Order: sequence, then structure tokens, then C-alpha cells
Amino acid sequence: MNLRAKAMSLFLLGLIRALTGAQARWQGCPPKAEQRIYFANHQSHADLVLMWAALPSELRSITRPIAAKDYWTKTPFKQWITTAVFNAIYVDRTKTTDQDPLEPLIDALESGDSIILFPEGTRGNQEEPQPFKSGLYNLAQKFPNVVLVPAWINNVQRVMPKGEVVPVPILCSVTFGAPLALEAGEDRGSFLARARQAVMALRDS
Amino acid sequence: MSSFLRNLTPSQQVGLLFVMVFGLLIAASIWALVISLRDDGENEIRSQDIRELSSLLNTSWVMCTVFWLAWASGETVATMLFAIVAFFALREFITLSPTRHGDHRSLVLAFFVVLPVQFWLVITKRFDLVTVFIPVYVFLAIPVVSALANDPQRFLERNAKLQWGIMVCVYGISHVPALLLLGFPNYSGKNAFLVFFLVFVVQTGMLVQHLANRKWPRQATAPQVSQSFNWTSWLIGLGVGGFVGGLMSGLTPFKPAQAVAMALIACIAGSLGHLVMKALKRDRGITNWGTEGKSVTGASGLLDRVDALCFAAPVFFHSVRWYFGL
Repeated sequence: MNLRAKAMSLFLLGLIRALTGAQARWQGCPPKAEQRIYFANHQSHADLVLMWAALPSELRSITRPIAAKDYWTKTPFKQWITTAVFNAIYVDRTKTTDQDPLEPLIDALESGDSIILFPEGTRGNQEEPQPFKSGLYNLAQKFPNVVLVPAWINNVQRVMPKGEVVPVPILCSVTFGAPLALEAGEDRGSFLARARQAVMALRDS
Repeated sequence: MSSFLRNLTPSQQVGLLFVMVFGLLIAASIWALVISLRDDGENEIRSQDIRELSSLLNTSWVMCTVFWLAWASGETVATMLFAIVAFFALREFITLSPTRHGDHRSLVLAFFVVLPVQFWLVITKRFDLVTVFIPVYVFLAIPVVSALANDPQRFLERNAKLQWGIMVCVYGISHVPALLLLGFPNYSGKNAFLVFFLVFVVQTGMLVQHLANRKWPRQATAPQVSQSFNWTSWLIGLGVGGFVGGLMSGLTPFKPAQAVAMALIACIAGSLGHLVMKALKRDRGITNWGTEGKSVTGASGLLDRVDALCFAAPVFFHSVRWYFGL
């Protein structure tokens, strides 16, 4: 990380803590430097930033969030911040037939990084998360040794609702639950439903 | 002794006060450490009491350090420190009051315009405006911004919550540093004593009320709101608060009888304000603004510590200004 990115990351951390507290609640597992896939509910573009800020600094450097390519590469600044500061992996949300959208994720996992995934695919604005897309299942199948940690992000959509530019100070937290594993012979649908339940169960805990 | 004290400069006197307060805190912390070392963890209630005591001590340390920094760095920095406290208190308040998308602009206004302007008015000593800016002008501005957001659902309720948050957190807290800037004749450099007087009598009153209720438990006056509030222990707390205020009159620009009256006013406003905040918390379905880091919001409970002061400060400030014609 170069000096500018370092300064930006310190500034962002300070700003996010002042606005939201960015509290991490490790309820089902301790923060541990093992290879993990964190998967969480998705209501705002700021989810990525909050998850990044909530992780302790040792884990932050080995964990790469997934960023939607169309939104996070729109301006040079957004592109710089996602690559240099968040070390994000871009995912193309527009369907192209010639490339597997999971490929960049698989590359990251193969090189030993942890990732942050939003399995809903798009931002929801309902109380409950939308059904999970199958990416999580495919990754769990391909990487059985990577620990799957569910997470619930609370309140972020109130900080910056869709269409607003100025964030408002409201306390947010990320709750990390007990790890989940793909069971032998478990099919796609029931695993994804179980994963979604695991995320939702953290809401009121 | 008293001639020695009188020969000190005002800032030496205030410095001495801080030495005494920190000395007291160090003694209390050592005592808390000793009893926590002797605690074998067998008695659950006792362990709980010790945990509560140490969390209370931690807040006292933080608060005293803030006050010390505030005093040491001058009035302007002091006011800014209180602005930061108000910011965090309001953040906590808003987190626990549900807001809708339509409130967003009003919230931006509250945090980034109203709060800085109010504290700037304090720094520039525009006390007439300090007292009316929020209750008169902001009272109109917030609902206008909300109405423009085009969302009539629960309009009154949402606005009332926001207005209350601003009133308690910003208006209330801004009157503490305002005391530092109040110009009493023959009292320059000693205004820190006035803040100390306010905080000390209010906290003493609250503590005595709490202890009196534990020692002689009585039927709660409003059990749905507070299990502990009753008029008897309230009166005991008030009496002790007023008495302590009278004893401290030498520190203040007041004569003893005036000091008792001012202490009583501050204690009444503080303890009843605390009761009101309890009702607000019950309405939100919580017992504390921050439940020891367990709450989903991550609120730290700052508001629990300062709520009595939020109500006492404006009333105290206004009574002092009005009575002494400042």
C-alpha cells in the first residue's frame, strides 16, 4: 500500500468510526486469521466500506471485499479507492456468456485471500434479505476448507439511503455468526436457504 | 488554610480542585482494584456490583479527563469538546429512534448545521441567541425540511423525535460550556468552578437518590417508567444536593442561600430530566442507551451518563443569568 492509500485508509477509518462506530460483534466465532468467506446482507453500497472498517487491521489486509464493477469503477476516484485502499475484487453484474463471473473470486481464494461476499447480488430495500444467488454454493463446493462466516450488517441503509449524498451519523454494527459448512450431499437450494437463515438469525441476537 | 486558598490565583485554585478530584479518583480506583482482586467470583450479585462500580469509575475518569482538558486548553477548545460530546450523544439518540428516508435531510441539518451553529453561538457569547436559536428557529426549520421530503407518514412523531434529540443533546449540552463564558463581575478565570458546582451537585443529588432508594426501598411512583423513582428518595437526594451546594458557595459567585437555591434548581431539573429520559427509553423498549456493548447498535451509553446534565444545564444557566441580570 503506498502512502496516499495508507493516508486515505486512515482518514476513512476515522470518518467511518465517527459516523457509525463501525462496531464488530464477534458472536459465533473469534476474529481469526484463517481463510474465510464472509457473507452478509446487502442494503447499501456503504456495506462494503463498513465491513472493511469493522474487521481488525490484521484481518483487513488479508480480506478482499467484492465490489460491483459498474458502480465502483464509475469515476477514477471510486476505482482508485476500491483497488488501492479496499483491495477489492470486481464482479461484473452484467451477464456475459464468455466469462464465469466467479472467476476473479476463485483466483483470490486460490491465492489464499479471504473474501467478503454479498450473496443477494444486488442491494435490497426490504426488511429481509432477498434469496441468495448460487455463487456462495459454488464457492463452498469448490473450496471445502475455507470457513464460511455469516454476518449481519445493521443500520447502514439509514446512514446513506439510496439517492442521498451526505451521510448521517448513526451507529452501525456488524455481527459475525457461527461458521457454516456445506454438508455432504446437500443440494443448492437448501444450502442457500440455510445460509440466508444464518444471516437473518443474527439480526436480533 | 482559607487565607492560603485566597492568596492563590484563580487558575491555581482551579488547578488545585483538579488535583483533588483526580486524587479522589485514584483512591477510588485503587480501592476498586483491591476489592475486585479479593472477589472470588462465587457471589454473583457482588461480582455484578463490582463490575458496575468499575464501569462507573471508568466513565468518571473519562469525564474528569474531558473536563480537565477542556479547562486546560481554554474556553474555545472546551466548547468544541462539548460539541463533540453532543455529536456522539445525538448519534446515540437518533440511532435508537427509527427514522425514514424522508428524515434524511433533516438529520443532515441537525448534525451538520444546527449543532455547529449552536456551539459557535456559545463561543461567540451570543447568549440571547443561544437560548432561542433551537427552540424558536430550528423548531420551524426541521419540519419544513421534513415536509419538503414529501413523506407525510407519522410526520408529527418523526419530527417530535428529532426535535427532542436536538433539544436534549445539542441544546442541553451546549449550556455547559456556556457557563464557562458567562461574565460574572469579580469572577473572571473562575468560571470552571461554576461548571464544577453544577456537575457536582447534580451528580451528588442523583447518587444520593439512588443510594437512598437502595437503603430504604419504597413503592415506585411510576413503576412502568422507573422501578426506582419515588418522591421520598427524590426529596432526600434533593436535600443533600442543596446542602452540598450551600457548602460549596465559597467556590461560586453566589451567597450561601443563593447557592442552595441554585443547587436545588439544578437538582430538580436534573433528576426529573433523568426520569423523562427513562420514559423515553422505555418507549423505545430498552433499559439503557448502551447495554454494555451487547446492543445491536453498539451505543456506548454516553447518553445514560449525561442525561441529567442535559436537562439541568439550560435551566441552571437561565436562572443564573436571569437572577443576576447578566
